[in-house]
Amino acid sequence: MTMPVIETNSLTKRFGRKWGLRDCSLSIPAGKVAALVGPNGAGKSTLLRMATGLSRPTSGEIYVLGEEPIGNSASFLSRIGYLDQERPLYRGFRVDEMFRFGEGTNPTWNMTTAHAYVDQLGISLRDRVNNLSGGQQAQVALTMCLAKQPELLILDEPAAALDPVAREDLLRLLMREVAERGTSVVLSTHALGDVGSICDYLVIMSHSTIVLADDLEFVVESHRFLGAPSPNVPELPEGVTVIDTRTSSRDVTYLVRMTLPLSDETWEITQPTLDEVIMAYLRLARDSASTSSRHETPSTRGEHS
Amino acid sequence: MTDRQPSIVFRLDPRSGIAPYRQLVDQVRNAVEMGRLRGGDQLPSVREVVTQVTINPNTVHRAYRELENLGLAEGRLGLGTFITENPDVHATEAGNVELTRQLQIWVKRARAAGIVDDDMLELLRRILNHDERVLS
Repeated sequence: MTMPVIETNSLTKRFGRKWGLRDCSLSIPAGKVAALVGPNGAGKSTLLRMATGLSRPTSGEIYVLGEEPIGNSASFLSRIGYLDQERPLYRGFRVDEMFRFGEGTNPTWNMTTAHAYVDQLGISLRDRVNNLSGGQQAQVALTMCLAKQPELLILDEPAAALDPVAREDLLRLLMREVAERGTSVVLSTHALGDVGSICDYLVIMSHSTIVLADDLEFVVESHRFLGAPSPNVPELPEGVTVIDTRTSSRDVTYLVRMTLPLSDETWEITQPTLDEVIMAYLRLARDSASTSSRHETPSTRGEHS
Repeated sequence: MTDRQPSIVFRLDPRSGIAPYRQLVDQVRNAVEMGRLRGGDQLPSVREVVTQVTINPNTVHRAYRELENLGLAEGRLGLGTFITENPDVHATEAGNVELTRQLQIWVKRARAAGIVDDDMLELLRRILNHDERVLS
């Protein structure tokens, strides 16, 4: 396997007395569309900004495509495309002027790609950025990223605040790029529906730490609901970690992560959906915050094999 | 890219809880069973599929690999993925006829015993989950 696109070791960022990121170790393989999911303030943007070199770690290490982003050589910057919600467009420019600006500032710019993408989206090169809809502005901004022909795209909530059709167009543009050029993508999102359809790697963050990072197909495979009538709930099987608990007057249901195959006859076992697994982790994060700020959230590195 | 129409247009329901690759596999299998796709038909390229539905290209590859494993499709080097000649639906159909007949008898008996449709589904789901536990 090739080098991971983003690799961090005990990566930490402090903003004064507040944690931005706390001891994060992560390795996102190449060729993936990785989703970063977590509540606001979990550290997603902090991580992405450090990956682009816009922000410097307080301690720990980060390597992006094998390089340290800080130091920021032109050759490193030409290998990544970064987009956040502040779309870096000059409002008074026409689309073709934006593209000529991109061509002048990026050695790997491909004008044919840029023209083909906006043409397909029904945007004219003569259109002024000011006169485009929010969705079209997002598409032009993404096209600017893609025309650089980067190896890695880092997108901070690329489709937030877009209407459903515009977001669909934007995500298809992204998937087409992945299909044609094999570009790796790391994106943050709140839209869980997008995670299942466009992503194949999942990172869940909360309270400045990483609580789960795995191939999407293993995420569902490694979690189960275990149900049993209460009281007299049987002992939990070996090798499971409880992520979420739901109790009624009659029974208890745990969402667990398993490290061993379950062969337990006393529990009723059902497979959760991806959304249910993600929501359980997000709830866990919220609950552990309200009970204790130092509560340990489980870490999953290397637990499946 | 050509202007020719794709042999199948996929749909994706992100809220179904069914893995996207499984949805693609099921749609092809269903189209073969219904005769809408026949031996030798070319499946849309991965690039075409990602313009039809918003889906990760790796997921499409995975679905096509699964169809190959099921013997329903074959990859031809440099050409694409095609439905196999004489896809083996008849073998499964013959098996299905008997299973369907038995299930119909079972449903009749369940109704007679006062079990409503939702309960039957729940029962089946439980048995399926139980089987999975035994197998895993």
